[in-house]
Amino acid sequence: MSMGKSGLRSLDYSILQQCMHCGMCLPVCPTYAETRRERHSPRGRIALLRAIADGELAMNRAIAEEMNYCLGCLACTSACPAGVDYGTMVETARAEAEELRILATPKRDFIRWSTMRVLFTRPRLLRLVGRLLWLWQASGLQALSRRWRLTRLLPTRIRELEPLTPRICAKFSHQIIAPIERPRDGGVKHRVLVLTGCMQDLMFSEINRATVDVLLENGCEVHTPPAQFCCGSLHAHNGDHATAQLLARRQLDAIDPARYDAIISNAGGCGSHLRHYDRLLAGETAYSERAREWTRKLKDIHEWLVEIGFRRPAPCGEHRTFNIQFPTPHQTANAEVRGSMLEVGCSRSGDRGRSAPVTYHESCHLCHGQKVSAQPRAILRALPGVELRECAEATWCCGSAGIYNITQPRTATWLQERKVAHLRATGAEIVALANPGCHLQVANGLRAAGCVSTRVVHPIVLLAEAYAAERSTRSDVGQAP
Amino acid sequence: MNAPDSLEGKLREHLGVPAVLTAQEDLLPYAFDGTAALRQVPRAVVFARSAEQVATVLRLAGAAGVPVVTRGSGTGLSGGSVPVPGALVLCLVEMDRILEIDTRNLTLRAEAGVITQQIYDAADAAGLFYPPDPGSMKVSTIGGNVAENSGGLRGLKYGVTRDYVMGLEVVLADGSICWLGNKCVKDVAGYNLRDLFIGSEGTLGVITQVLLKLLPKPAARATLLATFAQMDAAAETVSAIIAAKIIPCTLEFLDQKTIRCVEDFAHVGLPTEAAALLLIETDGHPAAVADEISRIEALCRERGATTLKRAADAAEATRLATARRSAFSALARLRPTTILEDVTVPRSELAAMIRFVGETAARYRLEVATFGHFGDGNLHPTFLTDERDAGEMHRVEEALKDIFAQALALGGTITGEHGVGLAKRSFLRGQMGDASYALLKAVKRAIDPDGLLNPGKATE
Ligand SMILES: Cc1cc2nc3c(=O)[nH]c(=O)nc-3n(C[C@H](O)[C@H](O)[C@H](O)COP(=O)(O)OP(=O)(O)OC[C@H]3O[C@@H](n4cnc5c(N)ncnc54)[C@H](O)[C@@H]3O)c2cc1C
Ligand code: SF4
Ligand code: SF4
Repeated sequence: MSMGKSGLRSLDYSILQQCMHCGMCLPVCPTYAETRRERHSPRGRIALLRAIADGELAMNRAIAEEMNYCLGCLACTSACPAGVDYGTMVETARAEAEELRILATPKRDFIRWSTMRVLFTRPRLLRLVGRLLWLWQASGLQALSRRWRLTRLLPTRIRELEPLTPRICAKFSHQIIAPIERPRDGGVKHRVLVLTGCMQDLMFSEINRATVDVLLENGCEVHTPPAQFCCGSLHAHNGDHATAQLLARRQLDAIDPARYDAIISNAGGCGSHLRHYDRLLAGETAYSERAREWTRKLKDIHEWLVEIGFRRPAPCGEHRTFNIQFPTPHQTANAEVRGSMLEVGCSRSGDRGRSAPVTYHESCHLCHGQKVSAQPRAILRALPGVELRECAEATWCCGSAGIYNITQPRTATWLQERKVAHLRATGAEIVALANPGCHLQVANGLRAAGCVSTRVVHPIVLLAEAYAAERSTRSDVGQAP
Repeated sequence: MNAPDSLEGKLREHLGVPAVLTAQEDLLPYAFDGTAALRQVPRAVVFARSAEQVATVLRLAGAAGVPVVTRGSGTGLSGGSVPVPGALVLCLVEMDRILEIDTRNLTLRAEAGVITQQIYDAADAAGLFYPPDPGSMKVSTIGGNVAENSGGLRGLKYGVTRDYVMGLEVVLADGSICWLGNKCVKDVAGYNLRDLFIGSEGTLGVITQVLLKLLPKPAARATLLATFAQMDAAAETVSAIIAAKIIPCTLEFLDQKTIRCVEDFAHVGLPTEAAALLLIETDGHPAAVADEISRIEALCRERGATTLKRAADAAEATRLATARRSAFSALARLRPTTILEDVTVPRSELAAMIRFVGETAARYRLEVATFGHFGDGNLHPTFLTDERDAGEMHRVEEALKDIFAQALALGGTITGEHGVGLAKRSFLRGQMGDASYALLKAVKRAIDPDGLLNPGKATE
């Protein structure tokens, strides 16, 4: 069996050899926790990949499925004292399996082609589809088809997934963010570019708005190109190396990192991939230098804010904590939920001086992929009227893992329930997290568990609200007689 | 799928299909444990959930003449759970229940596959303390700890796993199930058979349950980080602390290479310029702790410590201990293969032994990093090499021979806590002497006459 250049055999052997099979990664691996079989553990998977590289084992269906069973959560890389680069191994192995078409079926080929090659390479088309989906939801057709049980006509697997369809925002990022925005007071200390993401743009454009607001509050001139390309993380994580490279090149054609002090990402999954453009394009002379510059400049929003010493929002007089100024799609989904949310957000009269307990769920690709873990907490701690409560297994995957909840529903649901149980145990009224996939997975899980009053929100949205509350207190004071 | 009358077929019949692995991709990950450069794919892997199932497995394997290698989490560092050719691996990780915490007698009873950290946590939740804390405690099983008689960071004051084992359930090669020991503090009825199985490396029987002794939680603890400009100064400080009749619970040592690798991984603020570092912890009554830690500080200063830093709180102390536990794996950052040794000498000989390790590495042109449980006289000289370089691997072997010989000459042992396994079996006779070695083999023959259990381990 021969393999192209992307295969395991051509992978730098030292990456495979780096694992000394000490097992320190076993306790953090969700799939090992689920089965207790070494094959489903990081060191077991590495042993299999090494056996393939050694020519002792052929890439076959079992291995390809094994690599898809792996969440790609990278928890093993945080736990590994030896510094094993498991991320590269898993992506290489998945690419090899795809190249050999081991799991290929006409249906799978069509789905992969239409999503990864068509939809997620054409930003305008993606927005169009998003807009149609929004119409379907906003017009009440979705509710109607559910009521009339038209969904029964769908194939089983799709029917199971239908309730998972995310709610699309009424307005996308470019409709609420100007291409260039400058701080109110005019004092510009940094010039940054904000990446709006695909999922984030369609479903959570308010997070992008909040990101811009928070940057403006901290002396940044913010550039947000209205049309942006997909970062390619979906492709890289799912074995489509060529498209990932193509998208990275387009991104670099469109954006010159040298013009900015930082390129800001606010979604854990995208950031983790965006950071590695240097590696992805290392072999391409025309791009490698620019890709290195890009990687140097790429910052997660929390990381950047802590780096520039973000301004702590002042406690607003009567602890008017968190008004729902940017309701998330799920909150607006029905009026009942919205009612209780508002109560949670504003301090009730009997509750003066009480602070809202918030807990932080770490998105895998933010904490393990980017090693950004302390900074979001620093931001949450800086919020007035909020008490940060740590959650057990905060760094465990919630089961979203890209498209994992679609491909491996059993494990995804098990992880979702485990996550929700830990979140609930904290008694927190607000769950903060920073990745759209996690956002949907956790919100769906909480809803399934009947926790309709728990608010799921990006830490940056909370910070933006705190700045906004501060301003309105100031203007209140100004208006006082 | 194997024929129904094959060993695997019968195992499936008795233990269920999912409990028996035979596919190549299932077996390859069981070809190794935590030891470098040892590898052997087993013929099958079986997961047992009870002593009765273990007995069934042993009877069936015995009848088929197939050797059985018991495995916990496979973190062993002497090849103990690396399969022998044609072996069946019997894995106990699914026997993971804590069965009883007896707060009146201060004991805990658990199945053998429970993870060490969970034993510690369960005791802690009951206001009690299980002291043995091997570096691998988040991963290793309690059965593996007993089978290796593992030590840990607290060995100096609290001893090793053996000191906490009050009773054991073991399944013998013929499938009989024995309980050895009980909750009594004193018991001299019969030979002390329980102790025979502690440290037996899976060669005498399969441990299925353990009854552990717990202690009251120490009321206070203090943690100190001391750095030195020379390794000798650190070694002499340890001797001075012991000579001053202070018994800290932890006295760990890291050399510069180890410090740098650990810091690279853990980012806990270790001083990477120091030639040597001691991590010292005392625990007990608050007044005693305060007194001991200041006397230790004074001794460190007298011996030329370059910096002294106390952990601000329990969280920082835990971070430092966790960082120390990653030392061995963190060293793998430097070279592809890390060959870790475990020689132990009387504490008065520590400085001499450390010096010898350094000289030996230089003589054989090898890269070595050393860390260890200094308070126990237990060193982990770790050779950083590449298993694909045959010439260098040969020099490592020669260096190890010299180091073992020197340890024995100083009145020490070839292994303080990792066991003999495959890696050191050719050196055991040399340490024990012919008569003692013959006794050891006679015991093995008496208990496992057909050589069913982990044959070729510990002895040749
Ligand atoms: C990073 C790291 C740090 C370590 N630090 C320490 C340390 O500080 N101190 C220390 O002493 N060791 C240490 N070790 C070594 C190792 O973790 C211990 O030997 C541990 O006790 C092994 O437990 P295990 O469950 O992984 O057993 P395994 O490796 O699976 O087995 C070890 C041996 O025990 C036998 N065995 C396992 N379970 C049973 C059973 N139920 N009945 C009978 N025999 C059984 C096996 O056959 C084998 O011979 C470390 C290892 C690593 C990788
Ligand atoms: S991946 Fe890292 S932690 Fe896991 S076994 Fe390999 S070296 Fe150890
Ligand atoms: S990426 Fe996650 S699921 Fe995959 S091996 Fe690592 S810890 Fe396990």
